[in-house]
Amino acid sequence: MSSNAHDLNSIRAAARADTEVNFGFWIYLMSDVIIFSMLFLVYVDLSQRYAGGPTAADVFELRGVFLETMALLLSSLTFGMAMVNLHQGQKERVVIWLGVTFVLGAFFLGHELSEFAHLIHEGASFTRSGFLSAFFGLVGTHGAHVFFGLVWIVVMVVQIKLRGLTPPVASRLARLSLFWHFLDLVWICVFSTVYLPGVLQGVAA
Amino acid sequence: MSHSTDVTPGHAPTARGYITGFVLALVLTLIPFGFVAFGSLSQGAALIVIAVTAVLQLGVHLRWFLHLDMSTEQRWNTISILFSLLIMVVMVGGTMWLFYSLYVRHMMVGH
Repeated sequence: MSSNAHDLNSIRAAARADTEVNFGFWIYLMSDVIIFSMLFLVYVDLSQRYAGGPTAADVFELRGVFLETMALLLSSLTFGMAMVNLHQGQKERVVIWLGVTFVLGAFFLGHELSEFAHLIHEGASFTRSGFLSAFFGLVGTHGAHVFFGLVWIVVMVVQIKLRGLTPPVASRLARLSLFWHFLDLVWICVFSTVYLPGVLQGVAA
Repeated sequence: MSHSTDVTPGHAPTARGYITGFVLALVLTLIPFGFVAFGSLSQGAALIVIAVTAVLQLGVHLRWFLHLDMSTEQRWNTISILFSLLIMVVMVGGTMWLFYSLYVRHMMVGH
């Protein structure tokens, strides 16, 4: 696909934050901010209610959380690179960076799911205590968002392959970019509210 | 759905901007993880470090990854996130107040 100045201008105009569809999607993300803030509140309120079951320090493993955090942070950079190349009309590079982002996101989600499976196997399921209900509720909601982000990346790669970097595709990529960076933003709150204070309790005890 | 081409093209993001944001975010992640992993601070001090670096990193992400500022393109996104913060303060703060009040009254009945 040739990328002349006219194409580039229409791609960049479609990716603007102040188009109606992109602003509308931002409003959806703001409603998600409210949902997550209430889930965080529930977690903080229940974070010490162990009901005689495992404590936060028992079930959290710092090394795994660090790897997940690095994968998600790196994926924010690689998605950014996809957007830089979108604005330059570099179709193949957009696909490559989306692919790298997908791999990092899949690593994050795979790691999280194996952590969940391990906890449930150990008897530390979401039915065990208020703490674990709140933990699975909050972290699981974030994980579900990452899952749909991964599905969305696949859909966009297929659309780029079939249609090229058209203005509608650029517009959707701009929204996926907001969604993906938003997930990393929520994850900062997750490791700062859930994992690091949880591990810290074990160090102090 | 038609796409008019006379719209002003958006401000193009740069690799340099994303890398700047990434490096700052990386540093602000390594600091709290480092203090927790090597346990060199008291629990209270470590919690303060975690909270401060988290807030700073949220700012870094909003500035370099989500490109929020008061430019014409981003103004309404920025205003709506500020409004959401207001709603958040009311809901989170109000619920905490309510829970705390219930907790205190519960204790009064119990004794």
